[in-house]
Order: sequence, then structure tokens, then C-alpha cells
Amino acid sequence: MNLHEYQGKTILKSFGVSIQEGLVADSAESAYEAALHLTEKTGTEWFVLKAQIHAGGRGKGIVTETGSHGVVLAKGIDKVKDVASGILGGHLVTAQTSAQGKLVNKVLVAQDVYYPGESEIEEFYVSVLLDRSSGKNIIMYSPEGGMDIEAVAENTPDLIYTETIDPGVGLQAFQARRIAFNLGLTGMAYKQMSKFIFKLYDAYVGCDASMFEINPVLKTSDNKIIAVDSKVSLDENALYRHPDYADMRDKSEEDPTELEADEIGLSYVNLDGNVGCMVNGAGLAMATMDIIKLSGGEPANFLDVGGTADAARVEQAFRIILKDKAVKAILVNIFGGIVRCDRVAQGVVDAYKNMGNIDVPIIVRLQGTNATEAKKLIDESGLEVTSVILLQEAADAVAAVVA
Amino acid sequence: MSVLVNKDSKIIVQGFTGSEGTFHAGQMIDYGTNVVGGVTPGKGGQTHLGKPVFNTVQDAVKETGADVSILFVPPAFAADAILEAADGGIKVIICITEGIPVADMVGVKHYIDQRDCTLIGPNCPGVMTAGEAKVGIMPGFIFKPGTVGIISKSGTLTYEAVDQCTKAGLGQTTAIGIGGDPIIGTTTLDAVKLLMADDDTKGIVMIGEIGGDLEVNAARWIKEHGTKPVVGFIAGVTAPKGRTMGHAGAIVSGEDETAEAKKRVMRECGIHVVDSPAHIGSKMAELIG
Repeated sequence: MNLHEYQGKTILKSFGVSIQEGLVADSAESAYEAALHLTEKTGTEWFVLKAQIHAGGRGKGIVTETGSHGVVLAKGIDKVKDVASGILGGHLVTAQTSAQGKLVNKVLVAQDVYYPGESEIEEFYVSVLLDRSSGKNIIMYSPEGGMDIEAVAENTPDLIYTETIDPGVGLQAFQARRIAFNLGLTGMAYKQMSKFIFKLYDAYVGCDASMFEINPVLKTSDNKIIAVDSKVSLDENALYRHPDYADMRDKSEEDPTELEADEIGLSYVNLDGNVGCMVNGAGLAMATMDIIKLSGGEPANFLDVGGTADAARVEQAFRIILKDKAVKAILVNIFGGIVRCDRVAQGVVDAYKNMGNIDVPIIVRLQGTNATEAKKLIDESGLEVTSVILLQEAADAVAAVVA
Repeated sequence: MSVLVNKDSKIIVQGFTGSEGTFHAGQMIDYGTNVVGGVTPGKGGQTHLGKPVFNTVQDAVKETGADVSILFVPPAFAADAILEAADGGIKVIICITEGIPVADMVGVKHYIDQRDCTLIGPNCPGVMTAGEAKVGIMPGFIFKPGTVGIISKSGTLTYEAVDQCTKAGLGQTTAIGIGGDPIIGTTTLDAVKLLMADDDTKGIVMIGEIGGDLEVNAARWIKEHGTKPVVGFIAGVTAPKGRTMGHAGAIVSGEDETAEAKKRVMRECGIHVVDSPAHIGSKMAELIG
């Protein structure tokens, strides 16, 4: 589950990670109030206003309606309302969003941390994530902060370092020291960075995160180390341990059809193609999408109906798939192991009759327990449904429909 | 011969008396699998499906000599149940449970790696040796004792491969569902090594999907050490980058995790990669039929 920057920072702060302070606002007026509070709390006189959307590249991104960037510095309290108005309610288009962009409902009003002082300001990159190959958490970091880390990896791979955390003993002090030294820090800033890394890793473990990306981590001109941005993803399977984090889910960031599917327990991903599919099992569902492509079509979705495929379930799945007007045909692909194919076939027939107005061809491939009975049931139903048993037959039927 | 489980395996079921455990243990027993008992804390001393129930894995091992355990335990308790099995002396631990927190599995993998036991899964359909032992949720009737070993991250896609090999007249030795989570016990490579060393297995079907590097690691080993033909399939050529496709581990995070990239490496390593999952059985028949 992806979080907004302000939500990620709330979690970081609760674990003692030092952050760029800020307050979230949903109107120009409340942004102004937030700025006032922030001055009281931190003494800051300038403010950074940041659009809260689930996508990177906000700084360079443009709000379609106003031409404003997604991250803007307001040099004084009198500028805050205007800056907020330029961001809130508009659609922010960045390198990571679609061409339509994302509607900005909230803006984070944050303190200015790039103030001049005794030493030079520096930006670093720090992330914490799972290394799937070793099954261990790693801290990945670079002195090249504040920029696209994939570009750094491409151009100067020797400037990306990793520390692997031993699950038996956890993060060790020597590792935190090594990180601080590799980032070129000394004195007070070095100590602060060691501390920062420890708190950050504590937070990662403590909130059951699946990814932390802090870019940039800032060394201020007075040698503080703080998280200026936060990209935090939480492990959805662990949310039962953190009911307060579960409430942080922003459903407005999700595709409405995917959200609807999720609420009825269907695993669904919306795609751009013209052939819908409904499958039991995630692997077979991906393989079915690939078959659609090999047959000359383009998959319109991923949909795993799971272990039960009765009439009610099939109908729900059909309704979800048909919300996409680009769908020109539907392929149902069920391998009945424990599930009996004739029951699924009955489900398809009932759902078809209930819905009444399905005007795209449906190809049903049922294999496994009682596959022959299932085919007979569909063939004799008199419906406009093509029934096949072998996977290759399904592929051929799709090819015939899209040709 | 076969790998991991056979007719002599002594199998216990953790989460025996729950609805999933009851249903699938019943199916396993019907197939003729040697289920010797089960574990449900607090229900020790009872009898379920005609088999004894124990409070702890330790008790079950002591009383029955069990060496294999299958877990139908809810995700919040599954990591603990795996550790209990390992601590209790079980040699092959098969975890069906889907949805275990990743942080739990980081600890489990670390623990298991230091002990003399094998973990299969989690989030897998189990292991099945045709005609001998069904230790999982795979449908028994599609199997036929034969010569193909099958490795897969996915449930129904495994059934597809099994069914095609049966219809091609080849049959199976053992099908290993390794699971679709980001952290799993037995990797594709571990499973390949087992099947390469099994005399009855004449060919191997290796089914993977987007995400991670398991198939690539196995392919590189096969290039150097492989002694049998391997048919490969990778699901998810059409999957968009950065989206999780059903399985928690099925997500493309980098260029080398795409289906195309994996297939390219597998082909370079001499694996017979099919683009359509409909051709797995026929390709294998062409090679060893």
C-alpha cells in the first residue's frame, strides 16, 4: 500500500526519525493557517508547498489548469495562499503519471530547510527495501541525492552503496558508521547520520514497510540530518498489525474499477487491451493474458476470480470486465481442480441470463473435473457462448474473434 | 523414485481441524497419502478424520515419527507454525498459506537456512508425487505416474502443465509448487537440482513468472550442470511494469525481471522455452516422448 509523503513522514516521525516539518492542507485558507502554525513551531519564514499525489517527479511536474509546478517555494507567508491555489484542485502531470495527470486534493506545507549557514548543504539518497535474492533487508544509499536514482545507477553505479542487514542480529553500529563515512560526513553531521539510519531502520521494521525511499536526505547548513521527502509503501499482508495505518489508504488514488473489484474480493488490474479475461489463479491469469496477445488481441485486464466461481461470482466478474467499453470479447479460462467445471458452466449460463445484455462474444474454456459435462451444458444452453476444453482451442477461438 | 515426498513419507497436517485443513487433509487421505496425524494447539488427544491430533509438532513427531508437515494455518500464525515444524525435527515443511507478512518470512528464511530441513512455499499448491503422495491442494486425478518433473510458482498453471503431460502420455514424477511470494523456502534452482538428481525424471518443466531472479539463477546452473531437457514457460509477457499481478512476488521492479528478459536468458542457457502455455506438454513430448 502506497502512502502520501505527509503520511510517510508522520510514521517516520513517530519512530524518532528527524523530518522536514510540515502540515497538510486541503484549501488555500488552511494552507495559510498551516504556514502560520509552522512559523510558530519552527521559526521558518519561507514555505515549500508540495502536491500530495502517489507519483514521483512532482517538482518538475506541471498542473494542467494553472501551469504551476507540483512543488513550489513560497518566499513569505503572503505568498502561501496564491501558491496553494495554483496547486490544489488541479491535475498534476509528471513523468510518472498519465497524460491526464492526478487530481491534487491535498498540499503539504513544509518548512524551508535549505537556509544558508555555517556549512554547505548536501543531499543524499537513502532507501530501505527487501532484497528478494537473499531474503534480507538492505539499505541502499548514495551521495548523489535529490535526483533520479535510476539515472545515478545507470551513469555512476559506483556511487550506489548497499548494506545488507543480518536478520539474526539486525542493523549494526559499524554499518551505520560505514554509511555515514561513505556519504563523506564528519563531525556532528556524521553522528547525526548514524543516528538517522538507526531510527530509519527501526521505523522500517516497526511499521512493516515494504519500501522506504528518502530522496533527498538533507544535511542542513547547521549539520542536521533530516528526511525532506518520503516514499513509503507498507506490506498489505501486515496491516492487521497496524489498523491505524490501514486507515491511511487513499482510495481516490486508485482506479475506480480496480477499487470496486477489490471490495468484492476479486484480484483485478485494468489494462488497455480489447479482450477481457476471467481466470482462476494468478499464474494462469497472466498466462491467459499472454495467450490473448499471441492470438492477435490485447488483454484488457488481469482478473483472478480465486477458488470459487459460482454464478454470483461469475456475474460480478463479468460486470467488472464489461465496465471497460474497449472490451470486444471475453475469455473465461478455468482449470477446475477442486472446483467442478459443470458448476462453473452453470454459473456462466446463469450469469449470462441474469445480465441479459451481454453484446460481446464470450469464449469459455473449462478444463479439469467434469469438463465434458460442462461443455455440453454450455453448448445446449442456446447462448452465444463458445465452449472449448483445450488451452490451444481457446487461443484459436480468441484469434477467430479478434481477426 | 521421486523427490521430497513419496508413499513412505509420514505426513502431519498443521491446522488439521480448521476448515481448509479438514477439507484438503481429507482429499490427501482419499488419494492414498500417508497422513499420520495432525496438530491443532489445544485439541491434542482428539481424533480427526480417523487420525490422532496433537498439541505440538514435537508430540506428533515423537508419537508418529512424522518427517513431512503440511501447513493450513492462517497467515498471522503461519510463520510460527513453520518454525515449530523446523524445531520439531520435520524434514520437509510445506506451507500452503497465502498472505504471510514479508517481515515474518525474513525471519523464517534465516531460521530455516541454519537447519537441516527444507521449506516449500509459502503461497504454494504443495508437492505431489504421482500415484504416491499428494501433499497439497493439487487435484489428484490429473496426475499419472511417469517421467516429467514439474516446478512452478503458480497453482492452476501447474495443473495445466500436469494435465498436458498426462495427455501427452508422459505422466509425472513429482510436481513441486514453489510458491508465488517474494520470499520462499525452496527456490527454482533448489527444485531443479532435486529433479536433475532423480533417476526417474527424464525431463523437467520449469514454469515461472515476472519478478525476482529465480528462473535466471536456475537457467545459469542448468547451462553448466543440466543433464536433462528442460521446457520453460514464463507468465506475464503482457503484464505492466510496477503492478503486482495477483501473486505478491509477481511484480516487475527492473528490466531483468520482465518475462522477455527471463526467457532470453533461459533460451541462451539451452532451455526449451515455449511462448504459449498451451505448448508445454507437446514440447516435452517432442523432447523425451
